[in-house]
Amino acid sequence: MASFEPTLLARVDKPNSHRLEGYRADGGYAAFERALKDKQPVDVVTQVKDSGLRGRGGAGFPTGLKWTFLPKDHPGPIYLCINADESEPCTYNNRILMEKDPHQVLEGIMLSCYAIKSPVAYFYIRYEYGTAYRTLQAAIDELYDAKLLGKNINGTNFSLDIYLHRGAGAYICGEETGLIESLEGKRAWPRIKPPFPAIEGAFRKPTIVNNVETMACVTQILRRGNDWFKSLGVPPDPKNPRDAGSYGPKLYTIAGHVNEPKCVELPMGVTCRDLVEKHGGGVWKGRKAKTVNPGGLSMGFLDCNSPLKGEDGKTEYDIPLDFNGPGKVGCLGLGTAAVTVVDDQTSMVDVLHNVCQFFSHESCGQCTPCREGTGWMLKILERMRRGKGRKDDLDVLVDVADRIGIIPGTTICGLSDGAGWPVKTAIRKFRAEFEAAIEAKTASKYAKLQMVGAH
Amino acid sequence: MPTVYVNDKPVEIGTRKLNCVQVAELAGTLVPHYCYHPGLSVVASCRMCLVEMGTLKDGKVTMIPKVFPGCQTPVKDGDVIVTGDYEKRDPLTPKLAYDAAYKPGDRAKKSQADTLEGLLLNHPLDCPVCDKAGECKLQDYSYQFGRSQSRLVDEKNTPPNKPELSSKITLFTDRCILCTRCVRFTREISGTAELQVVGRGHHEEIDVFPGRPLENKLSGNVVDLCPVGALGSKDFLYTQRVWYLKTADNVCPGCSTGCSIHTDVNKDVVQRIRARENLDNQGYWICDEGRWGYHYVRSPERIVRPLVKDGAGRKPVAWTELLPKLKYAVDEAVLMSPKRVVVVLSPFLTIEEAFATGSAFKKMSPFVRLVLGPVPVVGEDDSYPKDVKGNPVSPAKFIIRAEKCPNRKGVEAVLAKLQGEVIPFSAVLPEFGSLAAVWFAGGYPNAEWVNEALKAPHSPPALLVVQDFFLTKLAEAATYILPATAAFEKDGTFVNHAGYVQPFPRAAKAPAEARGELQLAFDLGNRKGLATVSTIRKDVAKAMPEYAALADVKVPVGAGKRMELQTV
Repeated sequence: MASFEPTLLARVDKPNSHRLEGYRADGGYAAFERALKDKQPVDVVTQVKDSGLRGRGGAGFPTGLKWTFLPKDHPGPIYLCINADESEPCTYNNRILMEKDPHQVLEGIMLSCYAIKSPVAYFYIRYEYGTAYRTLQAAIDELYDAKLLGKNINGTNFSLDIYLHRGAGAYICGEETGLIESLEGKRAWPRIKPPFPAIEGAFRKPTIVNNVETMACVTQILRRGNDWFKSLGVPPDPKNPRDAGSYGPKLYTIAGHVNEPKCVELPMGVTCRDLVEKHGGGVWKGRKAKTVNPGGLSMGFLDCNSPLKGEDGKTEYDIPLDFNGPGKVGCLGLGTAAVTVVDDQTSMVDVLHNVCQFFSHESCGQCTPCREGTGWMLKILERMRRGKGRKDDLDVLVDVADRIGIIPGTTICGLSDGAGWPVKTAIRKFRAEFEAAIEAKTASKYAKLQMVGAH
Repeated sequence: MPTVYVNDKPVEIGTRKLNCVQVAELAGTLVPHYCYHPGLSVVASCRMCLVEMGTLKDGKVTMIPKVFPGCQTPVKDGDVIVTGDYEKRDPLTPKLAYDAAYKPGDRAKKSQADTLEGLLLNHPLDCPVCDKAGECKLQDYSYQFGRSQSRLVDEKNTPPNKPELSSKITLFTDRCILCTRCVRFTREISGTAELQVVGRGHHEEIDVFPGRPLENKLSGNVVDLCPVGALGSKDFLYTQRVWYLKTADNVCPGCSTGCSIHTDVNKDVVQRIRARENLDNQGYWICDEGRWGYHYVRSPERIVRPLVKDGAGRKPVAWTELLPKLKYAVDEAVLMSPKRVVVVLSPFLTIEEAFATGSAFKKMSPFVRLVLGPVPVVGEDDSYPKDVKGNPVSPAKFIIRAEKCPNRKGVEAVLAKLQGEVIPFSAVLPEFGSLAAVWFAGGYPNAEWVNEALKAPHSPPALLVVQDFFLTKLAEAATYILPATAAFEKDGTFVNHAGYVQPFPRAAKAPAEARGELQLAFDLGNRKGLATVSTIRKDVAKAMPEYAALADVKVPVGAGKRMELQTV
């Protein structure tokens, strides 16, 4: 593990890592130019499909497979949207790529557009990422100057324009159809599916929405080949026929109560404990981890002290962080691989209140169960935090959390799955603590603190 | 034949493209819904229409372990739909081969109850002071599908009401369930897009942009569309409890579209007009002119009893006293110079009235001239939706006609039948003063239209009988002024601009001293028997074969019964 050489983050510490000349010097755009010269678009699609690359945005859908959903022989245009609305709390892996190595991402976009025959890519970046926006814009300008973007790139028939679009600060814009609506200038209310974006997306044309990190992976796959990609990570679980495996390198962000919060690149499948203890410098102030959020708030919590069934001496803290791992301990999935650590001195009531505040604020309000459910959960937690909780509240919370989301089928998008999961995992795993807090009837020491807007 | 099973009941769908809500309706099962409206786009956001879905293959049913929004989910051959009402299905229907562990309807039922619990969380439950109470879908569905108690112990959100939303419409923000039907209406049908959703999550509200209130000619439809009491018509606000209203399925007399409407009446006073869904005619909507244009019926200036000229003024007179005099005067004029007797038939008359009045005079003398009354035309046809600049967009989804009368075509057909030609009013205007007698039948809801038609001063003919709603300049010159009855106050038939024939029942009684046009025609023609619309319809059917079907139209007695809101 220690010998692992980062590839996605290989260039981030270099001076001028964000400039075209620096990227060129490191062999940049060679993969793109080679593909343009020697490969058919379908070859690129096949290679990405065979690599086993799964989307890095959160759901882990196989990228190449998604591309094949596009209608064959469509008169066009087909669009590619890049989802850089990285709003999951404690997630910043896309940001590093965009700020420090934008050309790696842009090359991936160019390769992907070549593969899916898209003449236009829309790069949807969240408003808060000012530096990333400016870096990317400068990088795109450099590409136009170098004639790597625009009409008839390198004398071929392939033309490509990349537009950078700044969002206006809403979590829901990261949902792929919400992103498309927002891109079209509307309120980012996720669309009902079907039709899926691959059939009818942005401006009613077939559209692929991919994550920034996925694009960086595409670059590396085309540069280093599938063998390299498949040499990293975890093969499919033979016991789970629906597991497509978790191959390749992954950017993990470590945040919360750790000594060294940072973004590290590791092969898929590192355990949560390793990540926090080895790479994050351990839990801060010499404390112990009580719970960890394996991949962004919406994935739910794991109990660091709860023993893992059938595996001696291991706890939920030891689960591998691949697409399959967090699901084994009741979490929703890997999500954005943003690991947030909560130490043992922190009240779960406060943690959950924070979570509910976030999702209540970010619910787009379209579907009744999510709009009302997230608001209700916040009201209950708000009261509980003031020391006025009731025993029944826990049952209500679990009931509400269980019934909202696309998994039970009650909402259009997955936001409310993400809103419900942390609530139900926290209460199921830490029920005793919640009950004690309700019994004690004491207000949280943070009860008087109010959230303020970031801008 | 493609077949879909709704709560085990097979429904043949043929080649139709239907969603679960529609298929369930065919099977006689109600799938409750708020945001879904057949005239608007589907957003599937209220989550009230959740159903369970599966497929029937080789005699076995495979259900998908989640719920689906019925409005958004199209059905195909072999689909199995289980609604929350599964327990209430016809017990004689053979049960499909479900998995033994599967409990049909449980999931859908719980989901619907959950959705309702959610909708009621921040709803003020102020039904006792809400105008919608009694016809509110939130009430109805809560009763049918909801829980009896809420588990919310926290404070409800109390967003401020927005009476300034529009001059005609008010918004009770806290009652809103965010179905966004109103928003979609202003975007898709009127195209004016005044309404929008502001805020996020449970602090979301319907609002307008500051300084851009909801003012368009179709705005009132959002009140009909609102499934709860959030959007209220200021015209109807706090005037009636809906359970006192009786509803008649009428036709709007406001323009030549002749929109199908519900007329809500309490004690013979028209209280409210609502759109009645009629896909053969105007669709789901009506315009504001029609919706709020009924006020002339209860105007204090309306002529409600016969008046006779008395020196410079006029005085009321009893029908018993008036009728012999009137008949004598008319008979005399017809006898002396039938060619100089003109009967003006207003395009606001029904076919039956035009036919009865026209044939009564023609019976007196075939030389009496029947004339089509002035046809009011205001501006140009107004087509919706509009684009941002206010230009109409094709295809048109709703058109307000410039011709402001409901039955020009019908009256013309009667005239063509009775005298072979349609004489426009302008043709007799030059000889107006020299005529022996002019009888104006029917009247106009807007006095200005009559005044405009007679712009130049004319000396009155020897005998001028004017039947009208208001004291127009023409009526002021008349020897006899008779009260007219409005479209809501009679049974009849209108023919719209496209030749679409709509018979309709009476919604309210005419003022006590008014005499219906049919009765008056009977009186003038010395005809005996009951002056009812069915009698005349038989005559019309006999004389005009194209209206033969009218003979079979059943006339409801009284003002009709209260109907369920059809544009759910």
